[in-house]
Amino acid sequence: MTPATPSTGPAIQIIGMHKWYGDFHVLKDINLTVEKGERIVVCGPSGSGKSTMIRCINRLEEHQRGQIVVDGIELTSDLKRIDGIRREVGMVFQQFNLFPHLTVLENLCLAPIWVRHMPRPEAEALAMSYLERVRIPEQARKYPGQLSGGQQQRVAIARALCMNPRIMLFDEPTSALDPEMIKEVLDVMVSLAEDGMTMLCVTHEMGFARTVANRVVFMDQGEIVEAAAPEQFFNAPSSERTRQFLSQILH
Amino acid sequence: MDAQGTSQGPILPPAGVVHGPLGWLRANLFSTPFNSLLTVLCLYLLWITVPPLINWAIIDATVSGTDRTACAGASGACWTFVKMRFGQFIYGLYPIEERWRVNVVFAVGILLVLAALSPRVPGKLWSGGAFVFVFPVLAYVLLGGGLGLPVVETRLWGGLMLTLVVATTATVVSLPLGIILALARSSRMPIVKGTAVVFIEVVRGVPMITVLFMASVMLPLFLPPGMNFDKLMRALIGISLFASAYMAEVIRGGLQAIPRGQIEAAQALGLNYTRTMGLIVLPQALKLVIPGIVNSFISLFKDTTLVAIIGLFDLLGMVQTASTNPEWLGSSVEGYVFAAFVFGCFCLAMSRYSQALERRLETGHRRR
Amino acid sequence: MAVEAKATSSAPRTPVWRDPAIRSLAIQALLLVVVLGAGWWLLDNTRQNLNRQGIASGFGFLDHTAGFAIVMHLIPYSEASSYGMALGVALINTLLVTSLGIFLATVIGFFVGVARLSSNWLVARLAAFYVEALRNVPLLLQIFFWYFAVLRALPPPRESVTLFGAFFLNLRGLYVPAPVAASGFGLVLLAGGVALVAALGLGLWARRRRVATGQDFPAAAVSLGLLIGLPLLVAAATGFPMSWELPALKGFNFQGGLVLIPEFVAMVLAISLYAAAYIAEIVRSGILAVNRGQTEASLALGLSPAQTLRLVVVPQALRVIVPPLTSQYLNILKNSSLAAAIAYPELVSVFAGTVLNQTGQAIEVMAITMAIYLSVSLAISAFMNWYNGRNALRER
Ligand SMILES: Nc1ncnc2c1ncn2[C@@H]1O[C@H](COP(=O)(O)OP(=O)(O)OP(=O)(O)O)[C@@H](O)[C@H]1O
Ligand SMILES: [Mg+2]
Repeated sequence: MTPATPSTGPAIQIIGMHKWYGDFHVLKDINLTVEKGERIVVCGPSGSGKSTMIRCINRLEEHQRGQIVVDGIELTSDLKRIDGIRREVGMVFQQFNLFPHLTVLENLCLAPIWVRHMPRPEAEALAMSYLERVRIPEQARKYPGQLSGGQQQRVAIARALCMNPRIMLFDEPTSALDPEMIKEVLDVMVSLAEDGMTMLCVTHEMGFARTVANRVVFMDQGEIVEAAAPEQFFNAPSSERTRQFLSQILH
Repeated sequence: MDAQGTSQGPILPPAGVVHGPLGWLRANLFSTPFNSLLTVLCLYLLWITVPPLINWAIIDATVSGTDRTACAGASGACWTFVKMRFGQFIYGLYPIEERWRVNVVFAVGILLVLAALSPRVPGKLWSGGAFVFVFPVLAYVLLGGGLGLPVVETRLWGGLMLTLVVATTATVVSLPLGIILALARSSRMPIVKGTAVVFIEVVRGVPMITVLFMASVMLPLFLPPGMNFDKLMRALIGISLFASAYMAEVIRGGLQAIPRGQIEAAQALGLNYTRTMGLIVLPQALKLVIPGIVNSFISLFKDTTLVAIIGLFDLLGMVQTASTNPEWLGSSVEGYVFAAFVFGCFCLAMSRYSQALERRLETGHRRR
Repeated sequence: MAVEAKATSSAPRTPVWRDPAIRSLAIQALLLVVVLGAGWWLLDNTRQNLNRQGIASGFGFLDHTAGFAIVMHLIPYSEASSYGMALGVALINTLLVTSLGIFLATVIGFFVGVARLSSNWLVARLAAFYVEALRNVPLLLQIFFWYFAVLRALPPPRESVTLFGAFFLNLRGLYVPAPVAASGFGLVLLAGGVALVAALGLGLWARRRRVATGQDFPAAAVSLGLLIGLPLLVAAATGFPMSWELPALKGFNFQGGLVLIPEFVAMVLAISLYAAAYIAEIVRSGILAVNRGQTEASLALGLSPAQTLRLVVVPQALRVIVPPLTSQYLNILKNSSLAAAIAYPELVSVFAGTVLNQTGQAIEVMAITMAIYLSVSLAISAFMNWYNGRNALRER
């Protein structure tokens, strides 16, 4: 289907990236490299720019200075490049953002059909296989409005996976969910990680970070304050700000 | 990579992002080639329309003089027409020496409405109540005469004054009627509900002109001989009934926005239907529908122009007659522009108010 | 007796006036009596009044000769035709203005509504100005403006504004060339029809195939070729069996061609520009009602902005747009009656005006008029509800 262009080199490379909203300097000198198959958890206080950073990676936001290279392709305002990158990068949102006018199956098939030119039967088979993977194949004919929050988020993950992305971005995928639903979504994410998916995940689920992440990145006021392996990050953070944040979030 | 590392001092956005007026221009008018093209097209459109308009309306216009000859030779607007007929446009044929009565009614009405509608003035219930119950009586006596004031027949009423009288009367009358109809329509009694549904849907399904025709042509037929109303009264009856069907739907919208829990809580407290509605549901619903009421007043205000078709002379009717007068032949554009300006100002002000109110109500809801 | 005794023993007896069922019955009976009574009183008065004026009742008058001319009729009509025919002519004229108004208002409204959301500041401002300026001025004033100030101020036929020597605009209206069919023209029309059906089918087929197999087909280009090519081919084969009859100045007026009377032009202009201002606001809020997250999710999946608009935003916006759009369409129908003010011969001015005055049969005429408006309204809303029902949202 897609021309497999296995570039050597990292999955995502952010070099000296800055972003402003008007005069407000949201992201300051962000440098981050994500290797293929690496799983990174991003955390930090509200308003620190976590969402903005990962939304820059698939150009939902535009950065103004520095470089973002995804899978060997540098993000510029070239529409073709943006399209190419968006096909390779899946994204899961806090508010699910399923399309309410389409059934679950149609939500999943939409992009394979219209972006990948996949025949419908093939797209549906693919969709069903991913629905099975997130363990809700029986909901295929329902509309998003008829599902629980946890089910909706799993559909959203399956929808992103249907495009066969090399990289998955998660923006607080569990923070709109009730506690008992969080687990079903996290389980799906863990199994994704076990299959070697490159993941960049904004979350405050520290249990997930400890067990799954290769590195934890802490952001504050638009800067990356600390990036370290989980053991070091949780047991011996090097910065005072990180320590403060951890003490708050871990009670 | 010059962006690397320089962490001393605030880093300013790169040169590509220009602030100030130039940056604004680029971001808002010339961001893409297509946008630039649109901008140029729009500028061209403005260039061919605005300067001639300004020339016509201001630079080449005439205001001096007292008749058509003053405007002869001038290529611009003949505002002399509007100036000379201004009194008629506002007061119709109302006797000049009695016009102060209209002014008093205008002033009192505006004060009461402002007091009732502006958020900061206290005592809304009083000003609102005075507007609905006391003001109509005052206006009726002052405008129509009696109690020592000379009588002014309604066929002399006209202009903006008539427009306001008709729209205000119809709104004030349609409020209680609309509430009754709305309650009837949400009733569980089939005959009550059915009657309300038929009335509301029939009235909303036909044009206002047919209702006006009914009132002006058919009403005399419906009534026993000897019982008769003057033309204005018939129009008022027709328009008020027409308006109440629309008002009923506005109010029903408000009733439906009140959560069922409110009614259940009231009933659980032992309140009967009348109390539940009167003390709990209607006060909340009416507050919610004030923007809707203002909006229906606006459309009523505009629809009032239709009375010209049954031979009453509101602002538009006055302008129309004045411009077909041989004395002022060819001045219709100036008249229309003036009328459009007056209507536009009134309606714009009211719709801005209702939008602001809507936003306030919305945030109030969210806070709860 | 026994039953009553049992009732009293098991529960305290409710007085009838406190029994909700009886109370509701009583209220309804009272209302019925009042409504019927008032109706009877009005009818009785009417009967007496009509008797005194010597006016017969019934619908027989519809067969009588009308005796007046109508300036614009799309079906054969003359002074010798019946009142019934006059009604038909008037109804067709109403429907013509309404449907043309609905079409133009929708097109302009969507255009302005989208312009209002443009990222181009000037475009957005101009669209907003359009909306505020037209919405806040009474429609009747706008009709008067177009009719009296613009169209009636045009030069007389001898000094017409001319376009390409074929279109003439003057005091009497807009004169356009009329197609004149020779034998064989039917074939060309047929070819046009076939091409249209084929183009529509092709569009559907191409989309189906795209979804089913993933293969693209240049449906737009092929359709365009079909639409132009097929009729042209047939026309060439049959030796171009049509000609255009140009309007020509004869004496004081134009002869030949098609004439759009100024009343009609003014009405269509005013009504569609006015309704377009409302429709623009409806479209704008419909598009704004679609959550920003929907667009982002669609873009993140790799769909292009155009696909996002077509597959994600528009279907959702339509759900919000259609109900208020329906009431705007009904308003256009009802507002078409304002044409009576400039004597465009539609339902109110011909039937509820001239016919009513000539026959005096106010009750019948008004009943027919209102019944027609009600049924057309019902037809419009039934269609729109059906349309909206197809894409209703399913929630829990
Ligand atoms: N469109 C925008 N215009 C202006 N400022 C914005 C915009 N979007 C976000 N911001 C600001 O940018 C900063 C970073 O926002 P961002 O959403 O990235 O934070 P976050 O770290 O994701 O917070 P949270 O944990 O609450 O989601 C915030 O201060 C926010 O107010
Ligand atoms: Mg966020």
